Order: sequence, then structure tokens, then C-alpha cells
Amino acid sequence: MKQVLSVEDMSVTFALHESEVHAVREMNFTLAEGETLAVVGESGSGKSQAFLAIMGLLAKNGTAGGRAMMGDINLIGMAPSQLDLYRGKDIAMIFQDPMTSLNPTLKVKTQLGEVLVKHRGFDKQAALKTAIEMLERVGIPEPVKRANAYPHELSGGMRQRVMIAMALLCQPKILIADEPTTALDVTVQAQMLDLFKTLTQDFGTSLVLITHDLGVVAGVADRMMVMYGGRAVEKGRVDDLFYDPRHPYTLGLLHSTPHIAKRAARLDPIQGLPPSLEHLPKGCSFNPRCAFAFDRCLEQRPPLTDAGDGRQKACFYEGPMAYGQVA
Amino acid sequence: MAGVTGKDAVLTAYAQKLETLDAPKGRSLTQDAMRRLVRNKAAVLSLFVVGFIVVFAFVGPYLLPWAYDKIDWSAIRKPPNFEAGHYAGTDQNGRDMLARIMQGTQMSLIVALVATMVSVFIGVIYGAVAGYFGGKVDAVMMRFVDIMYALPYILFVIILVVIFGRNPVLLFVGIGCLEWLTMARIVRGQTLSIKEREFVEAAKAGGAKPWTIIIRHIVPNLTGPVVIYATLTIPEIILTESFLSYLGLGVQEPQTSLGTLISFGSPVAETLPWMLIGPAVVLVSLLLCLTYIGDGLRDALDPKDR
Amino acid sequence: MEQGAIKPAQPVDLLEIKDLKKTFSISGGLFSRRLTLTALEDINFTIRSGETLGIVGESGCGKSTLGRCILQLLPPDEGQVLWLGQDLTRLPAEEMRQRRQDLQIIFQDPLASLNPRMTVGDIIADPLRTLRPELNKDERRARVLKTMEAVGLLPEMINRYPHEFSGGQAQRIGIARALITEPKLIVCDEPVSALDVSIQAQILNLLAELKDEFGLTLIFISHNLSVVRHVSDRILVLYLGRIVELATGDEIYEDPKHPYTRALLTAVPIPDPKLARLRNIDALKGEIPSPINPPSGCTFRTRCRLAQSYCAEKRPPLETIEGGRLVACHRWRELDAPLEAVLGV
Repeated sequence: MKQVLSVEDMSVTFALHESEVHAVREMNFTLAEGETLAVVGESGSGKSQAFLAIMGLLAKNGTAGGRAMMGDINLIGMAPSQLDLYRGKDIAMIFQDPMTSLNPTLKVKTQLGEVLVKHRGFDKQAALKTAIEMLERVGIPEPVKRANAYPHELSGGMRQRVMIAMALLCQPKILIADEPTTALDVTVQAQMLDLFKTLTQDFGTSLVLITHDLGVVAGVADRMMVMYGGRAVEKGRVDDLFYDPRHPYTLGLLHSTPHIAKRAARLDPIQGLPPSLEHLPKGCSFNPRCAFAFDRCLEQRPPLTDAGDGRQKACFYEGPMAYGQVA
Repeated sequence: MAGVTGKDAVLTAYAQKLETLDAPKGRSLTQDAMRRLVRNKAAVLSLFVVGFIVVFAFVGPYLLPWAYDKIDWSAIRKPPNFEAGHYAGTDQNGRDMLARIMQGTQMSLIVALVATMVSVFIGVIYGAVAGYFGGKVDAVMMRFVDIMYALPYILFVIILVVIFGRNPVLLFVGIGCLEWLTMARIVRGQTLSIKEREFVEAAKAGGAKPWTIIIRHIVPNLTGPVVIYATLTIPEIILTESFLSYLGLGVQEPQTSLGTLISFGSPVAETLPWMLIGPAVVLVSLLLCLTYIGDGLRDALDPKDR
Repeated sequence: MEQGAIKPAQPVDLLEIKDLKKTFSISGGLFSRRLTLTALEDINFTIRSGETLGIVGESGCGKSTLGRCILQLLPPDEGQVLWLGQDLTRLPAEEMRQRRQDLQIIFQDPLASLNPRMTVGDIIADPLRTLRPELNKDERRARVLKTMEAVGLLPEMINRYPHEFSGGQAQRIGIARALITEPKLIVCDEPVSALDVSIQAQILNLLAELKDEFGLTLIFISHNLSVVRHVSDRILVLYLGRIVELATGDEIYEDPKHPYTRALLTAVPIPDPKLARLRNIDALKGEIPSPINPPSGCTFRTRCRLAQSYCAEKRPPLETIEGGRLVACHRWRELDAPLEAVLGV
């Protein structure tokens, strides 16, 4: 399959008053055409910052290193004016709260039309027609009426659909969705996930789904990357990671997620708290919370290595990991 | 208390633990803010300058050979003369200018502080009560504020002068009683948003009475906007005082204030420049520094930066 | 450790809600008249001591309002909230204050629910200051330490401030504050929604442990059906301010009788890729209607695939069906076979 994005050795660093925080380190992954990659992690794992860096949207005090190759263009370190040629057109991003990304004083059709006029050189009439078609495609009932509405007149689910429509107008090769369904109700979430599935099939868009919810991942993604403390700790096909996790953190996450069809007396959570990026433990970042940690884990940091079958993990432990042992 | 005897043993154990407990003090938000303020060079410098002016105004007079109301018949309208001890010259009546500047600064600082404290006190309580109780209470209280706004300020001041004319400090207590209107509005707005926060609901669920909630939970969280606005009120009052003194409504002779000194100095600025330059320099640096401190506090207390 | 006063062998009816109604009046703009939003209507149910009642529904269904009406943090418009037979809605303020020892609440946003200018020790002790004024400072501190230990906070943290804690720890502080008056009932309003997955599980386990240890009764409000299933004995489903179904957890999750409950369940994402792919999502069309102008008759009919013309005319009553469970639907008998195929039990 054709690769649309290839990230090599990327890092993100934030300068604070007296120190530096490494939000993302040594990140490597590829994204194939039409594929859905889920990036899973808890708050502070660096999952959002990595993709903000690719989009050139880091906060002022943040810098990105490494490479993010889209074809033969490196998106990292590109000047904003040059980045604008690709941003929105070839690579688009949507966020958890659509209200922050929509201009509250402009009608939906104006905002959608602008994108087409600017990036694809449409005239106003054609832009409006295409915008309304797109609204219909993302499942908005009465698209003409909604196109004439202001963002605040729409419900949360509708706004997120408008954002997706806007992101898709230029038929980007890559769509990055940062917690797109977290703020939505379950019934609306189910509709949105359905929409994502059709999008990747119909448009051939590659989707990056950043989320903390393994339930969302299971339904939509092809491959997943689990992040902890700014690094990827496990990567592979979704089925492999769900049914045969090789990293204790992946296993812990799976056992922390309540399953609607199973009622256990107690969940089996990961103990302790996620580390602060400013004070990562020595050796493996996960060692203070890991049930399988041994002396080597306290001294050395396990590199991300191939574990066969197209998957990778960053863990020294090779033995079996049974349910109930993650305590 | 019924049935706590069994529990007392447990609690006693905890009480003992409490005595030996070494619980480090956390960083409070105020300490955090102060740390940020210290990093702001302009604000720190301004604090030093203001500190210097305060010392200058309150300690200075004791170090001078001349008192502010003492007339030196041998030196009338004289430029600075170090041998006679008139380091900043004398005025038309032969009084030492430096002593008068010190006394004037003292007076300006006192009235500003008194008026600001009165306005903060009334404004915070009034605004917090109106905002917290809301509804009709709020409507009535805020309409009263609107009416006060609409009445001419200077009219009140003249009435106050008639009442307190002899006592400048009392006069500025009165001015503080007029200055609280804006503070009350700001506090009310903040209170409206704070009272929706969950910790206020938690306090209600814990049985706290409205007054307890206002004093323990709302007022401490108003610190940011109140402190910032108060630092802006100080220069405002100093200017008000200067303005009133200029009109002849403020401080009475032989006492003086920065405003009075400037109003006397400005007509003779060409012939006796030292009578204007001294008080003007103090006033300008005071106002400038207070503004910088206000800015610094705003940055330091900004909750977004937490 | 000593138990709370209530842990009888026979559960008693601790709390009874009768015909509760709550409306909000909202301004409709400068020149239009004020609009009335009915947040809750015809709410009737009972909570037995020692059980956990889950309340689920989408945003805007009135679940948080219900929790606050029970605690009298919001006054209901009509109806009764009977605590051991005593109507809380008519209690004088001072008596209600004393009752608050028995009824506590845990909030969704752990940091927002803690006063940022108070130390952890003062926050946890706060309810004692009002409700147990006879205690002196040391007695209060001793109780604070005991409670901190119970919720898994280190005693050294007593003098720190909320902003120095992560979300999970802050939620433990909130739980400690609710526990310190030794309440009988705690309303948990989305207590884990704002937390990371691994921390969520820790807090859920903690609540379960505390419930056993102190003999608590819990009302667990959440939009996350997986979480609710995990903790609840019985579950109440709300839609647009009305109860649509009330049954035990197993009944609800294995054999939902109301089409809305069923749709909700099938929409819940399952952390199991194969099941998720197999699953036939009975996706609800459209979104929740506005509570200012709810549909006539059955409020769910606009999104219901079983809806008939008579659903628009007559509001279905909350009827008791087999096994003593409650459902409000004209056509519950028509609902398909159990959910196993969809949920993959």
C-alpha cells in the first residue's frame, strides 16, 4: 500500500522558564493510504502534541525535531507560509471542541465556501453548491437550512460534522482527528464513528484517530500505537494488540476499560499515577507502575524493537502476562 | 455525641499521628503568584522605587533641618542651596521645598491608601453579596449602584468638603465611599461566575451558610481582580486628590500634598522651576511604578497561566 | 474499622422520590416571552439502603438536575423527596443543614470542585466546621487524617493545595470531603468522566471498597453505560427528563425493554475489535429534541423505529411489567429478541 505519511525520529520540546519538557521523543510511524491509525494514550502522553507539531500548530514555546514526510515534503520546520500550501488541502485536523475551530460570527456556508475559494479556486456559486453537497455527505439532515445557520445554532454533533465536512472539502489525503467524539453523547458518537468508517472507504482518506477510549479504537482503527510518557510503547494491528498485548501498559489499559457486556467484581487497574513529563523515572518510564518490572527496567530504557508479525514493543519483559497479574 | 467511644480510640491514634506528622506546606496560589511577580523585572524595580518613595516620605522629614511649615525668612524663593539646608530650594513663603515634597507625598500616599482600602472593603462586600444572592437582591443593589454612578461626583465631593473640610483623611474616607462603585461591579461579575463553580456547590452540600460561603469560598477567590483593580485605584485617587487640591478643595495650608504643590508650582514654572520639578518627578514616578506593579500583578495572578 | 450506623440485614427504603418535577425558566430574548424548560417530570422511584442506583441518559436528559434535587441543592417545583419518610423539600433550612450529614455529593470535575485557595486538610474538614461545630481543630484534623487514609491519600499531603494534585488525586480529595460527615447516601455525579482510563478504574474500585466498608448507598450518575453497568445494582434510564426504564443492571443490559435503552446499549463502543466489527449498530437517527418544546405523546417517538401514530397522541405511562421492572413504552412487547447478538455476551 502507498504510504502517505512517514514520521521519522520526531520529537517535541517545550521551553519552560528554567527547564525543558520533552513532550514527544523518538517517534516513528508510517500511515498508508486509506488506513486508520489510532494513537492511544492518557493525558500527558504526548499524543496530541505530536500531531499538532506535524500540523505546525505547536504553542509558541514548543519546537519540533525530526522529520514528517508527506511524499517528499518534510512538514517539520517548514515556514508557516509554505505550510499553508498543504495545511487544510493535503492534511487536515479536527479537534475535540468544534466550537473553538469555527468562527461564531460567520454562517456555516460562508466558512465552508471560503475554504473552497481559497484552496481550490472555486467561484462563490460553485463553492456553495459543493459545500452543501459535502454537508449532506457527512450526514447532516436539511443541509441547505444548516448551511445558513451560525455555529452556535447547531448541536455538538452537528458542529463536529460541519468540522469534518470542512476538513474534507479539499479532499485531504490525511485527516487527523483529536478526540473527535469525546464531547459527544454515545448515540451521536456511534453515528460519528460510522461516518469515519465510510469516509476512509469512500474518499480513501487516511485517518489518524487520537483517543483515550479503547472502545472507539476497536470499532474503527486498523492499526494502533500506544503512547506513554512521550514515547510509543507498543505498535501493531488492532487485533494483535487487543487480543495479545505484549506491553504491560497496553494490557493494563485493556483491563482498566470497563466492558459493557462483562461485569467483573473489580476492575484491574494500573496502580499509581501517570508520570510528569518533567520528572520521568529512570529506566523504563512505566517501571513504577509495572507488575512485571525487574532490575533491568529500573536502569535501562527499553528501545522500541520489532516483536515479529509487523508489531513493535518497548519492553524487556518476555514472559507470559496473565489477566489479574497487572496489579 | 452518641456512640463515639469506640471510635475515639481510633481517632486518638490519628491525633497522635497528627502530632508527629511532618506535612510540608504546599505552594499556595498567592505564593505562586508572588514567584511570578518576582520574575517580572519592571514590577520588581517599580516595587523598589515605590518602597523608596515611601521611606522618603515617612522617614525623610526627620533627617532634614527644616520642617515643612517652618519659614526661613532669610531664604524666600531661593533655588537649591546646600549650605542653608534647602536641598530643593524654597517657596514664595520661604518654606523648605524638600520638606514640603516629603510631607506632600506622605499626605498623598495616606489619602490614596485610606480611600482605596475603604473602596475595596465596601466594593468587595457589596459586590459579593449582590452577586451571590442574585435575583431581586442583585437587581435592587445594582440599580442603587447605577443611580450613584449617575449622580455628579463633584457634587458629592463638595458636600464632603463642607462636612470634613478640616480633616483631609476623613475627606478621603468619604471619597473611598464614592469610589467603590466600579469595584462593586467588578466583584459582582466575578462572584456570578465563581458561585457557579462546583466547590461552592460542594460547600452548600456541606451545610455551609450563605455568609460562610461568601467569606470562606468566594472572597478569597476574588483576590486576583480585586488586587489588580486596587493597584489601579491608588493612582486614580492620587490624581483625584491632586485635582481637588488644584481646585482648592483638598488639603488645607500649611499641610500640603503632591497635587497642591504642583498647582502652586505650575504658574511659576518659568521663574521658580524647582517648585514644579520636585513634586512632578515624585508624582510621575509614583504613578508610573504603580501602573507597572498593577500590570505585573495582573500577569502574575492570571489564572490562565497557572 | 468501625462501621457507619446503617448496615441492617434487611434493606430499608432510604429515599423515596414522589412525582418530582423541576422546570427552569429561560429568557427567550429581548422581545419574546420567557420560555419554560421542563428538566424533570413524573419522577418516582425508591432507593433501598446499601444499593447502588445508576442513573443514565444523554446530556440534557436531567440526570444531574435529579441528583441536585435529591440533595436540595436545587429546589424541586413539585413533588416530594422522602428521606426515611421525612419530606426534605419542606424541611426548614436549619434542619435541612443537619440532614446534610447523611447526604453528600461527589462532582464531575475534581479540580473545579475544590476551592483553590484552601489546603487539602481545610477542604476535607470544611463540612465538619458547619455540621459538627462541637469538634475542635485537633479533633477535626484527626478525622481528616483518618478519611484521607481511607481514600488512599498520604497524610503528608494535608497541607498542600489542590493545584498540586492530578485529577485522580483531586477526586480522592473530593471523595474524602463527602465521606467525612459519615453520610449514608452519596450522589456521585459523573465522578470518573474527567479522569484518565487507568485512574477511572482506580476510583471506581475505591468507591466500591468504600461502599462496603462504610455501608454506603450510592446514586451513580453517568453518561458512560459501561461504567454504570460496572457499579450499579439497579439502573434508571432518563430521556428528556422522564424515566423510560428502571430495572436491575442485568435486566437492563441483557434484556432492555425500552427501545431507547436498547439503542443506547448498542451505541456503546466495545473494547473488542472482532465484536465491534460484527456488531450491528442500531444507531439512533437524529439527536435529542429540545426540552423546551418536547414532542407530544411519547417524547422518544421522533427517534424510535417502533413508533406508531398513536405514540404521538398518548404519553406511555411508566408501567410495572414482569419481574417488577418498570418501562414507559406503548410497544415494549414488540421489541426484538434479547441483545446477546448485538452485545456479544
